[in-house]
Order: sequence, then C-alpha cells, then structure tokens
Amino acid sequence: MSSLSLSLSLPLPGTARRAAFGKIVVNEARLAWRRPVGLLGGVVPILLLVIFGELPAFQHAAPSLGGLSPFDVYVPILVVFGLAMLATFGLPIPLVTYRELGVLRRLSTTPVPPSWLLAAQAVVQLCVALAGTVVLVVVAVTVFGAAPPKNPGEFALSVLLSIAGLLPIGLMIAAIARTANAASVIGRLAFFPMMFFAGLWLPRELMPAVLLDISNYTPLGASVEAMQDSMLGGTLPVAPLLVLAAYAVVFGFLAKRFFRWE
Amino acid sequence: MGVSGSVEADAPTRTTGTAISPRRPGQAANGPAVEIAHLRKTYGPLVAVDDVSFSVAEGEIFGILGPNGAGKTTTAECAIGLRSPDSGTIRLLGLDPQADRNEVHEIVGVQLQASALPAKLRVGEILDMYRSFYRDPADISELLDVLGLAGKRTDYYKSLSGGQRQRLSIALALIGRPKIAVLDEMTTGLDPQARRDVWELIEGVRDRGVTIVLVTHFMEEAERLCDRVALIDNGRIAALDTPSNLAVKARGGKSVRFLPSAPIDDRVLTGLPEVSRVEHEGQHVVVTGTGELVNAVLFSLAAVGVTARDVQLDSSNLEDAFVKLTGRHMDKEGLTT
Repeated sequence: MSSLSLSLSLPLPGTARRAAFGKIVVNEARLAWRRPVGLLGGVVPILLLVIFGELPAFQHAAPSLGGLSPFDVYVPILVVFGLAMLATFGLPIPLVTYRELGVLRRLSTTPVPPSWLLAAQAVVQLCVALAGTVVLVVVAVTVFGAAPPKNPGEFALSVLLSIAGLLPIGLMIAAIARTANAASVIGRLAFFPMMFFAGLWLPRELMPAVLLDISNYTPLGASVEAMQDSMLGGTLPVAPLLVLAAYAVVFGFLAKRFFRWE
Repeated sequence: MGVSGSVEADAPTRTTGTAISPRRPGQAANGPAVEIAHLRKTYGPLVAVDDVSFSVAEGEIFGILGPNGAGKTTTAECAIGLRSPDSGTIRLLGLDPQADRNEVHEIVGVQLQASALPAKLRVGEILDMYRSFYRDPADISELLDVLGLAGKRTDYYKSLSGGQRQRLSIALALIGRPKIAVLDEMTTGLDPQARRDVWELIEGVRDRGVTIVLVTHFMEEAERLCDRVALIDNGRIAALDTPSNLAVKARGGKSVRFLPSAPIDDRVLTGLPEVSRVEHEGQHVVVTGTGELVNAVLFSLAAVGVTARDVQLDSSNLEDAFVKLTGRHMDKEGLTT
C-alpha cells in the first residue's frame, strides 16, 4: 500500500461502494466549504476578472496584443490562474494534511483504501475548478462583453487537458512535501513562476521571444496558449495540447512512483 | 442532526445493547482468533521483530507490552496487514492479512497510535462515513452511548478533548462490528479518570465477544485488562503468560512475612500447593509461593492453633517482571530504556 494505485479488488458490493464513495465526497466538500481557503482557487480569479473588467484601460483593443483588449487577453490567464491554484494548493495541502494526521493510515485499515480519499478530493477539486471556469467565462462574456470562445469544444478540451496536466503536478507536490507547511511553500514556489509564464504579469503577447519560447513549454503557458487559440477560433492548438498531455503523463508517472500513503 | 448536546455522559455506561457485538455471532470458533508464527520484520539493517510467535484465543484480551522501539507496533501493524512481514505467518480467524486483505479489514477493527481526524468534521459525519465502509456496521447512537459521546454528535472533531478524541478513535475501530479489535496505545495522553473509563469500556467490549489485542507500554493497563501478556524486548518475546504468572516468575512469587504466636513445624506450610519456600528471619517466618498464598497460610496456621501477627505481604507485579526479564527500568507512565 505504498505506491499510488487505485485498488481494483474492492470489498463492498456496487451500491454500497458508491454510497461509501459518496459519503467521502460529501465530507470532502464539507471540509472545502468549512476551510474556505480550499475554495480560493474558484473565487480569486472571478474577483480579479471583475476588477480587470472595471479598469477602463483594459477595455481598448491594442495592436501590441494582436488587436485584443487586455481584458480579452486576461480571460484565459484567469481561467488558468484558478486551475493552477487548485492544483498547487487545493489538492496537495489536504492530502499532505491527511497523511500527516494519519487519516490515510487509518483508512488503510478499513475496507476502503486510502486512494478513495484522493479520488474524492480530486472530484471535489475538479468540481470547483470546472464551476469556477464556467462562472468566469460566463461573467466575462455576459457582464463584460468578452467574445465567447469561437470554438467551445476545443476550449473545453483545452480546459480538461490543462486539468489533466496540472493535477499530477499537485500530486507530485504532495509526494515531495512531508508536512502541510512544506506543501504550501512548495506550492507557492511552483505557482508563481508558472503564473509568470502564463502571462499574469506580462501577457505572452508582450513577452520577448526567449520568454515566449520557455512559456510554450511550461504547463500554464501551454494552457493559456491552447485556451486563447480556441477562444479566437482557428485550427486545433495541437502543440500546446501535446505539451499538456506530456505533463499529464510525466507527472502522472512521477506521482505514482513517489507518492506515499504514509 | 437534532441532538441537543447539553448532556454529556462522561463515563461509558455498560448497556446490554448489541451495538458493538461482533458480526456473524453464530460462527463457530475454529481455532484461535489470532495466530502469529515466527514473525520477522526488518527495516534495512534494523531487525524490528525477530521470531515472534503467539496466539490469541477468541474473546481474550491479549497484551503486547514493551518499551518504545521494542517492536510492539511493528508486530501489530504486520498483524493487521499494514506492513508485510519478511517471513513468518499471520492468521486472523484463519485469514491472511496480506492475501485476504478485504476480508481482514472487514472483521478487524484498528485503532492506530497518533492518528487524528480532520478538525472541521463533526463526530456524526465522521462516524456516518466510516460506517458506510462496512457491510454490517454498528448503530451510531448505541456506539456513542456506550462510549460516552452521546452529546457530542454534532461537535467538530477539533472541539473534542483528548479523551473524547481517543474514545472516538476507539468508536471507529468498533463501528464495523469487528471480531478482533487491535488497539495501539489507546490510553496514551489520557488523564487517570479517562483512562479508567476506557479500560471499563474495553472490558465491556470483550464481554460482547470481541477479541482484543492491546499494544501498550503502560504496565497498569496490561495488569488490569489483559488475560495474557507478551513482553517484547528488542523485537523478541521475552516472556508470555498471564500478568500474575509473569510477576511470579520474576520474583519467585509472592511472599508473606509474619510473626507466629507459637513455634511452628515448617511442614505445616511446605505441604501446601501454594507454597514454594519457607524461611526464618529471627522470630519471623517468610513464606514464598503463588496463588492464594495468604489465605492458604493463615488457614493452615489456624488449623494447628497458631495465629499470625505482624503480617506483611510482598507481591511483585508486572513491573518487576519486566525489569527482571529485560534488565531495564521503567517509570510510572511506562518504560524507559
């Protein structure tokens, strides 16, 4: 029970199993709600969106941004901001806390394996991430008049692949960190550089070529690129989607290899 | 959850309910509840457990006693399948904790050392979740009653006292209605009253037919609760017996010292099955032996018309046994190396 693997030989009959998993998800959702720092990833980007939407300077199309307004440019960056917070803080911190408290150990003495808690945690984080993304895009479009994604299917694919690429990074943080404090430090060390390359402080359109090249190969840079391309329409953003898929595979493998339940 | 939460029953009450009786009570006993043979577990160069063998009968309270680092917890963790042994066999009601993991988790309830719960979950929410993991779980209200947590159902975990947390932890070990409960250092950090409450509770659980394996470094606990005790030192079993027999072995038994009202013939006493030795210290007589020694001696003296004055009883205990068997000392709370 030391490496990250979902137990397939499950003890309870099907309905009881679903009921048990449901109870874990409900308790995880309660915890996220009662410890609202767990929901910041869903809320902060929307607050930033509202602030950016109120700034007059953000509303004018700029040639340096390829004819987009700064507000348009920031919509995918803020979507990514929310996903990154959930991956770097929302997922690993509760997991490491549970390992520290011995919750995972206790669980591994019951008929339910501790991987269920991880799965439940991922479900809750995924719901918050998707809800946050939907609210953010809807508010951007309906309240602030941003252009809706021209290719919604590709946009959805970009969001899902971004989540797939980012959650294993969060698991990797949980694998490295021994304590919840360490997890939050490592999370910050990962979050801010990644957000830099996503263009939070300097949009990708304004980055020098070297930085842009690096950005293309960072998870959040690729994520913003894929979302922006699919918002503007045009061809499937293959390159950034491949980058995200590569992060999902590599970090998925590393997390599976290094994650410890105790 | 409409629980008023105003009244808290602090002492666990013994009820005749079935909240924590084991599952499938009709199942016949086919041998011991726990059987461990030649268990060995190493961590790199460190041999944590070396050739440990014992068996626990159904309905028994069995103690694994020893100082910190002796290998008690490793033994227990191997027994419940949390760790896989390097060699040796483990059977819990005939099941292998590694190969039959799912069945074992269903019939064995475990309370681990230093295992907390999320601060912002309520007692009822925690129990309801863990209850859903088992096929045939206990009733939460009855369990809370038995554990003296009835008024705490809607309280957050973080607001519970140390004793209440410990009792909740025991509740989680019992919620699946296990046939075997493994409890690791269950009273560590509790005040004396809470400790006695937990002891009483454990006796109540055993009375309902649950086999209990108790890991402890607390002598008084083992003496009070355990039917038999395995003394573990440096990964090996130093001794295995009832607490009183261990004490007898350690000091050659109890001794009673008295001043007889008239000279006596030693044979009056040496003929008794309880007596192993009779010595004279001046006018006093010192009789060493086992069992109901004092009664036997006084009764035999009375039979020959002699009364005993200035009677002093010296009985060794498990603590003496440990010191004798391992050459180590312990303090009041436990053992120090």
